[in-house]
Parts: sequence; structure tokens; C-alpha cells
Amino acid sequence: MTPTPVLPSAEEEIWRYSRIGELDLSSYAVGSLRTETIGVDALQGDDRSGLVMVDDADVFARLNRESTSTPVTIVIPRGQVVGDVVEIVHHVDQSGIVAYPRLVIDAGENSEVTVVEKFVSADGIASLVCPVVEVRAAQAARVTYVAINALGRDTWKIAHQQSLGMRDSTTRLFTIALGGDYARVQTTSTLAEQGANSQQVALYFADGSQMNDFRTTQVHAAPRTHSDLLFKGAVRDDARSVYTGLIHIKENAKGSEAFQTNRNLTLSEGAWAESVPNLNIETNDVKCSHASTVGPIDEDQRFYLESRGIQPSIAERLVVLGFFNEVIDRLPSAAGVSDLRDAVSRKLLGNGAK
Amino acid sequence: MSTLDIRGLHAEVAGKEILRGVDLTVSSGEVHAVMGPNGAGKSTLSAVIMGKPGYKVTAGSVTLDGRDVLALSTWERAVAGLHLVMQYPTEVPGVQVADVLSEALASRGRDTSDMGALIAREAARINFDEDLVRRAVNVDLSGGEKKRNETMQLAVLKPKIAILDELDSGLDIDALRDCARRVEDATTEDGLGALVITHYVRLLEELKPDHVHILAKGRIVKSGGPELADVLERDGYAAFAPVEA
Repeated sequence: MTPTPVLPSAEEEIWRYSRIGELDLSSYAVGSLRTETIGVDALQGDDRSGLVMVDDADVFARLNRESTSTPVTIVIPRGQVVGDVVEIVHHVDQSGIVAYPRLVIDAGENSEVTVVEKFVSADGIASLVCPVVEVRAAQAARVTYVAINALGRDTWKIAHQQSLGMRDSTTRLFTIALGGDYARVQTTSTLAEQGANSQQVALYFADGSQMNDFRTTQVHAAPRTHSDLLFKGAVRDDARSVYTGLIHIKENAKGSEAFQTNRNLTLSEGAWAESVPNLNIETNDVKCSHASTVGPIDEDQRFYLESRGIQPSIAERLVVLGFFNEVIDRLPSAAGVSDLRDAVSRKLLGNGAK
Repeated sequence: MSTLDIRGLHAEVAGKEILRGVDLTVSSGEVHAVMGPNGAGKSTLSAVIMGKPGYKVTAGSVTLDGRDVLALSTWERAVAGLHLVMQYPTEVPGVQVADVLSEALASRGRDTSDMGALIAREAARINFDEDLVRRAVNVDLSGGEKKRNETMQLAVLKPKIAILDELDSGLDIDALRDCARRVEDATTEDGLGALVITHYVRLLEELKPDHVHILAKGRIVKSGGPELADVLERDGYAAFAPVEA
């Protein structure tokens, strides 16, 4: 029996606003998930953990590395375009466990793949999932990763996503978060060689007592790199969300462009959202912008729709779906993505949490 | 036959009284122009009739065929048969015009199965690019396209009484003609009653009013036939300044 690790506290900046203080890791036993995959077998490679996350990002990443569960390792050979979407579905079937799934995607030169990783549990399953995904895109490779949080209302998620883009590569990290109790995702894209591109996109919607907690970083470590981030979320009832994002442009990253947009809708008086954008730019000759908003549905939009004879609840649904449309339009067509508008609609109607 | 009846309407915005006793009756098939200088209360009148938040009615009544409009919420007013064409049509990102019309028809209990054909017909009639109904409401549209969009919606929804707030603002002459004629056609074809709020006579050359009312400092100070617009064009609003108490 290993001693219970010391957890961070919300006093630390990186855990500010989080619910880390509520977590008692000793009340969970390390367990495993029931995982189903489609299209993984043909691409499965040897364990390459640490390919991108060289140092453990935090205690949860360390516990993930030390855990004995077998990582899923997807290796795309040079030049191969994987036409079908690769799917990984993790089911949390029991309460009282903490699980540490790891996924490594190593995309060879000029290869292409889309991987959807979905996390599922029923309401009432009080467990914790701490996934780590590492994505490495070699020169000109194109990798799309979609994380779908379809966890029940009592399951926690503390996740890390890290991507490393080499010359002229494109990495896209998507997060769809409708489920879970407390759901934290820390996502970092590093553009390591010139001409590399990254996108980080999230759609999140929390109601009841749910909370979404996002920490994003866009690291430009080479010239003429391009990053784009779009996070859009809504909170309702007593739900909360916090977004903290950093654009870090290193000294050698001249000619780079970085964009960061975080928009939040607060749909109830008791709901709360916070958005904290940060810039750290070590060179000139770069183009950067960040925008963040937190606020209720635009009164004029609501009035416009109601003036057409649309009742308030439907007007609200239209405006919220319209708000998310910008994100949904960017998502790849894949299972769990195509019915996203319906999932958001159901959640707005108050039936169906995720 | 429908009648919108406005009696002794007083309204304020942020504690400031803007409407100070407006009386106006608009019936099916009629075109009433309400003209007035900036600050007369024209937009407030349209906002109050439709129940826009931020406007407080302090006295008076608005009824549609005897029904108390002020007791209804905005969407109920629209379903009851009122329609507002806004001066500055709101952009609603990500929401398609077609979805708005579909929900709007559904809440009126109307069949939506032939909606596509209806929209196509009405769009063609006012030279509105039909493809734009699959785009977000008013987003990235020119001033003319916005007003064509608004007018197309009016034609599809077939209200009893329409309030057109400065239909002519932001509009090129072709779009103005297309929109004005469509409204006029609706008055003869469907018996639409129109309350046309405008600052300029220009609109009334296309959309011929049966009655002209001059609104100044929150009151109708003069009503007459179409000739009143000509007097206004010649003499300006100064001649109609209300007598200060």
C-alpha cells in the first residue's frame, strides 16, 4: 500500500478556483475502466508514455504515469491517412475508484488521424478519472483529438492534454464537456518547429452543481507558428466554470500568430463563470489577440426572437445553440459529435445531463 | 377586421417620461404614418407596443381587438397578431432565419410542412437571396438585406398589425421600394394594418399612408390625410412644436 500522495491546494495559483480542496484521494481505490475501442488494434504500438509530457505536469499526471494500467498507444506510420475515426470509450462502472487512463498518439510524418476519446458513467457513480493524452505530430502530420466528457453527475475528471507539433504539422485538441461533477482539463499545445499549427477548441455546459475548470496554454517555441483557441461555455442553475488561458510566445518564435477566445454565457442568477486570459510574449513581430466575455444572454437577441412570437424558453434555446454553433461547426464529423446539438438541447430542456 | 387601439399611452425609460398621452387607432388594411423629429418618442412607441424590456407604461392602454396587449408578454403579442419590424434588426449569431420562422410558425399553430416553399416565394417577391435564410439572422448582412429579411419574415408570418420602425433607415432606394411595396401589397391582399414610423417623407412616397400623425414630445400633435406629409416636407417639424404648458 503506497502512502496517499499529498494533493495541491486551491492556495496555489494553478489550482485557484478549483474544487481540489474537496478531494480526498484516500477514499478511492485505484481501479480500472471498461474500455471499448474501434480502430485501435491496427494502430496499437508499444508504450510511448512521456513522448510529449516529459515531466509530470502535476501529481495526477505522476500518478497516471506510475499506475499499472496499460496505456493506449496509437502509432500512425509515415504518410498514412487513417480514414475512419478511431474511437475509445471508457466506462466507469463502479463507485469509489480512481482510474488513470493514458493515451499516446504518435503521428508520423505527413500522416493523418482523428481520435475520439469518450468518458462515460452513470449518475450516482462517485469515482475519479484522471486521464492523460499525449499527441505528437511529426512534420506535416495532421492529428485531431476529441475528448467527450459524458460522465454522470457524481464522477470527477482531472485531465491533461498535451500536444507537440513539429514542422508544418496541425494538431487539434477538442473538448466537449457536458458531464461530470467537477471536470478539470489542462490542455497545452506546444509548437516546436516552424510552421506548426494548433487549435484548441472546447464546448462546455454545466448545470445543477457541476463545475468546469479549464487551464489552457499555447506555447510558441519556433518561428512562424500559428495557434488558435476557442472555448465557449455556458453555466446554469448553481453551476460554475473557470477558464484560465496563457499564450506564451518564446523569444525565437518571430512571425507567429496566436489567438485566444473564451466566451461564457451565464444562464441563471446563481451560476458563475470566470475568465482569465494571460499573455507572455518574449519577442516582437508577432500577432496576438485574446478576447474573453462572461455574461447573460443578450437581451436584444432574446427580444428579437420573442418579437417573432417565440416563447422565452425556446428563444433561449435558439440563442444558446447559436452561441455554440461556432464551436460545433469546427468539430470533425464523428460519433458523439454529430448529435451534439441535440445533447445541448436536451440539457437546456433539463432532461439529460450529458 | 382587426383594430389596434392605443389610448392615453404614457411611458417612461429610466425614469424619464417619453410618451405623454398617445392616442392612435390602426385597423386592418390601413396605413398610418407616425412622423416626428428625433426624440419625439417614435421608437419608444414601437418598443412599448411590443413590450421591449426597459420601457415602463405608466398610464393608458393598448388593445388589439379589445384584448389587453400590455398584459401579454412579447411573444404572446406577436402570436396575437402584432409584428415589429425593427429599425436596427438585431444580429443573432448562429441562429438561422429558417429556424426562427419554423419556431415562430409553430407557436402560432401553423403548419410548417410547406415552409420552404413559402419562404422561397416570399424571398423572391422582395429580391431577398433565399440562401440567406440558412445563414445566421442578420449577421453580415447589408442594411438593405436586413430590411428585406425583416420584410420577408413579416410576409411569412402574416400579422394583423405591423409596426414598422424606420423601415427606411440604412436602406438603398431599390430595397426601400421592394420592402415598401411588399408591405403595401400585404395591406390589400391580407388586410394588414400598418403603423409606419418614420422621420422622412421618402418612405411615404413608396408606402402611401391613409393617415399621417405627427408625434412631438411624446404626443400626437396633429393628424390628417396624406397631404399632411407634404406640409411637413415643406415647413419642417418646427411648425408642429407642441405648446409648452
